[in-house]
Amino acid sequence: MKKVQFKSYYSQYFFLAPQLLILLIFLYWPIIQTFKDAFTMQDAFGFGSQFAGFDNFLFVFSDPSYFTAFKFTIIYSFVITLITGSIGLLLAVQANKVLHGKNVYKTLLIWPYAIAPAVVGVMANYFFSERYGLLHHLFNNMWGFNWYEDVFDAYIYVIIAGSWKQISANFIFFLAGLQAIQKTVIEASIIDCKSNIRRFWTITFPLLMPTTFFLIIINITYAFFDTFGIIDTTTIGAPGSETKTLVYKAYIDGFKGLDLGSAGAQSIMMMIIVLFITIFQFRYIEGKIHYN
Amino acid sequence: MTRYISSIINHCILLIGLLIMIVPVWIIFASSTHSSLFINTNGLQFFLGDNFIENYSRVLFKKSGFFNEITALKMFFNSFVMATGIATLSVITSLMAAYGLVYFKIKYATIIFWLIFITLLVPLELRIMPSYIVMSKLNLVNTFAGLILPISASAIATFFFRQFYKSIPDELLEAAKLDGTSSWKFFIDFLVPLSKTMIAAVFIFMFVFGYNQYLWPLIMTTSEQYWTVVMGLKTMYGSISDRFAFVIMSMIPPVVIIVFLQKLFIQGIFQNK
Repeated sequence: MKKVQFKSYYSQYFFLAPQLLILLIFLYWPIIQTFKDAFTMQDAFGFGSQFAGFDNFLFVFSDPSYFTAFKFTIIYSFVITLITGSIGLLLAVQANKVLHGKNVYKTLLIWPYAIAPAVVGVMANYFFSERYGLLHHLFNNMWGFNWYEDVFDAYIYVIIAGSWKQISANFIFFLAGLQAIQKTVIEASIIDCKSNIRRFWTITFPLLMPTTFFLIIINITYAFFDTFGIIDTTTIGAPGSETKTLVYKAYIDGFKGLDLGSAGAQSIMMMIIVLFITIFQFRYIEGKIHYN
Repeated sequence: MTRYISSIINHCILLIGLLIMIVPVWIIFASSTHSSLFINTNGLQFFLGDNFIENYSRVLFKKSGFFNEITALKMFFNSFVMATGIATLSVITSLMAAYGLVYFKIKYATIIFWLIFITLLVPLELRIMPSYIVMSKLNLVNTFAGLILPISASAIATFFFRQFYKSIPDELLEAAKLDGTSSWKFFIDFLVPLSKTMIAAVFIFMFVFGYNQYLWPLIMTTSEQYWTVVMGLKTMYGSISDRFAFVIMSMIPPVVIIVFLQKLFIQGIFQNK
């Protein structure tokens, strides 16, 4: 906060009011409704409802497909973070080194960031379709690719679709992180250590730690929430429901299955997961990482 | 000599990266310039055909959709209204709220702060069903307000503006107070002009974010008149080359914005760090 501030009885509320009003109506009201749904049991036609305690949560926990979705979401976040992070870092390091054409590379690597996940999914759909799909043919020739029956193949499908555009985001942030490292540090390290690779892992990479952790959080949030459009335009959860993320499952159960109680309970579980990630981010990352 | 070789390796890795990013989109684009018959018999194409104008104008102006009630042109219009609305509303409300938080002594500052920022933990995807119910209670289904308001209910932009205001030296306000400037005048005459880059960056970010929305328009629009581009993609019916053309057109607006305004965008985002 500022040391010098305005003192006023009402002006501050005038400035805060528009946002607070929108948040109250379009965010808090639905959130309260979510909690209400999670703790009530509704009959299928919505005629009656009664307080159900933790029954909805118990129902979710006893549902094996919830754990399938949980497992998939964890694997999906981990693999996407790993793939997009390492490719993004590799490209950023190269782009930071080249003397000619830096801006051309930068522009041409950044643009997929702007494409909507759902559009990427529709595109991936063509590459993996049996009829036109180049990747489908390629993988089929290699091991007999069949994503609507084989779980591993379906994973490959959604992982490729999900990773593609996220490489750009990782590239942008890593490049900015690399450019923020002071020239003098690099020059000093060149005198001490001749090997490029060792210098990268002992000097540059530790200095990139804040960016890396920031990107881990960004990638996890992306895999949790933004991939909805990708799943919905590619596998729709196929083969069975092995490629449903937690968010996608909550949507299907709530909107298609009209089970508001279960969907509400699932949303609250997700909120708790997001809360943990955020606390982790603040406590662990902000505390342990040394900014230069 | 080793320097020369390592620079070649550099460029090779970058070129492979470029190919991964460009080739998929190029193939869809090249295929969109062939006739559907040709695609159906020969598969995806790498070289351009000669149906470009024919395919693209058909998609833009012919009515399609599930009930054949909407043209792609109308969907683009809807997407623009939605994205502009979201970006404008977010920028204005966040700019003001951040000002209220940073520059005023507020009685319940901590509570208001948490009331605003805890919302970052609850993305729209987590409250999709209840949000729909709230919107239908307010009679906002199938309206632009219904498409815009819940997505503008986000504190991301407030967070950015707050960080930015905190980086402005205190002396500015001290000087303004000596001159007897009112809080409203200080906001309009000093802070808004100072935040120009930041406003532009947040506007771009929110515009692309709004344009790329998929799930919310899918749920909020039962009438085809309010379909947006990104959600219309999946539901649009038509021949295969029509769909290719629509995919390519759908990515043009956000990509053009990010490519041409990348300096502004990146500058704004990293001003905070």
